[in-house]
Amino acid sequence: MTDRPDLPPRFRAPSALTWVLVVGFAAFFIQGLIVSEVALDRLVRGAGNLVRFIGQAVPPDFSGSLNIADAMLETLNIAVVGVTFGCLLSVPLALLAASNTAPNAVVRTIARFVISVGRTIPDLIWALIFVVTVGLGPLAGILAIVMDTIGFAARFYSERFEEVPKGPSEALTSTGAGRLSVIFGAILPESFASMTATSLFSVEKAIRSAVTLGLVGAGGIGVELSTAMRLFRYDQAAAIILVILVVVVLFEQISSSIRKRII
Amino acid sequence: MTPAISCEQVQVGYGDLQVLRGVSFDIPVGQGVVLLGANGCGKSTLLRSLNGLEKLQSGRIRIHGDSLHDASRRDLRRIRCSMGYVFQQFNLVPQLSAFQNVLLGAMGRQRFGLLSCLGLTASAEERERAMDCLDRVGMADRALHRPSALSGGQQQRVAIARMLMQAPRVVIADEPVASLDPKAEREVLDLLWRIVREEGLSMLCTLHQLDLARDYADRIIGMKAGRIEIDAPVAEADRDRLDALYIGMARVDAQHDGEAA
Repeated sequence: MTDRPDLPPRFRAPSALTWVLVVGFAAFFIQGLIVSEVALDRLVRGAGNLVRFIGQAVPPDFSGSLNIADAMLETLNIAVVGVTFGCLLSVPLALLAASNTAPNAVVRTIARFVISVGRTIPDLIWALIFVVTVGLGPLAGILAIVMDTIGFAARFYSERFEEVPKGPSEALTSTGAGRLSVIFGAILPESFASMTATSLFSVEKAIRSAVTLGLVGAGGIGVELSTAMRLFRYDQAAAIILVILVVVVLFEQISSSIRKRII
Repeated sequence: MTPAISCEQVQVGYGDLQVLRGVSFDIPVGQGVVLLGANGCGKSTLLRSLNGLEKLQSGRIRIHGDSLHDASRRDLRRIRCSMGYVFQQFNLVPQLSAFQNVLLGAMGRQRFGLLSCLGLTASAEERERAMDCLDRVGMADRALHRPSALSGGQQQRVAIARMLMQAPRVVIADEPVASLDPKAEREVLDLLWRIVREEGLSMLCTLHQLDLARDYADRIIGMKAGRIEIDAPVAEADRDRLDALYIGMARVDAQHDGEAA
């Protein structure tokens, strides 16, 4: 037996809030299980269907490879054009949103709001909105990628601006330089490496989303994929999925090797 | 003649904490003054106030006769432009070459700010000037090195070149050698004071080493707990009084009940 009264207890009862959260989460989880009818026999049947799908998909049908290549090129175009505009627009927005570069609190709040709207609305929904406004095709996809990139890149840029050490910008301020000169002379150069890394991440992300944008008619290879699926041409669909896989992996490899080199 | 720096009863505080408690002194043009004092006695706040980075509660600061207190933004930039600042942490932009960092020193002088100071767009005269400044601090052969490739002493030399590029009339140096080893310390101080003397500049420099202060200064100002305790020509500042700056209630945030001890 110990005789120390100040020994910490082995277990401390969780707070009331923790209980409420845990019980609430558990209830929601169980309700979800019941509503979506997760049952073993359905999973088993699903596995059977999956085998049938794979059976029809193998061997993949590459007869339409010219079409696939064309659609893939369009996907890459959407991604690259969209991400470029997205990153370019993100820089001024991020400067307006970062606490050390924003001209005043009102502008900063508005800029933050714009950025968070870009981020909280998913890319597919942006694509739906732009399909309605500019019509079917790659332009809708490009605009969707622009919005999605702003939500992501502008946020990380502005966080980086806020983390920049104050010293160099104070030094430039003390020479009598104006605000913009200080931002472009000290804060942007200091953030450059991190901004490049963020931009490359955006490119990866854009290619992944550009692939799916076609599902709602916003151009690119997703259009081909959804057509093939709807016509039950699983062998063609398999060919498209393989091409997507190869291209996305390739791009991620290239971008991560560039990122390693600059950091 | 108008003094280079003139402080009248300057008071600065943050919330409840009174940092500068009525600081007054004049620095005539061409004088080199060393400011001594323990950590937390208000030295840095005083220097920041001189650059217009702190708001005064009361009192007045004049730089060459121009009052900081009621300066418009434009006037403030003009006053800052005439005041070179050397920092303890050098504060070079780490991603830019030494040459580009020096060029940035001209930003305040130029009408178009940064546009006139990029290596790509600066005028031929400014580029040549920047090289001359690097020459004077003995760093011309390292012009294309980034700060991370230079030693602490070398970085401070580049920072001095940037200050020189600014063509100031008065120099503020905030513990310029506090992060350097003893050899680099002497080299950088020799360089800084030589340039200040050659250009006929006025200087206010904070240091931590009494010996160095006595070697370089014309005059010594000693601060303790937000007030000036000593203000004397270097020959009259005796060791005991200087040592006393660091003893007892030296900090501005010291507890008052300790005063009896």
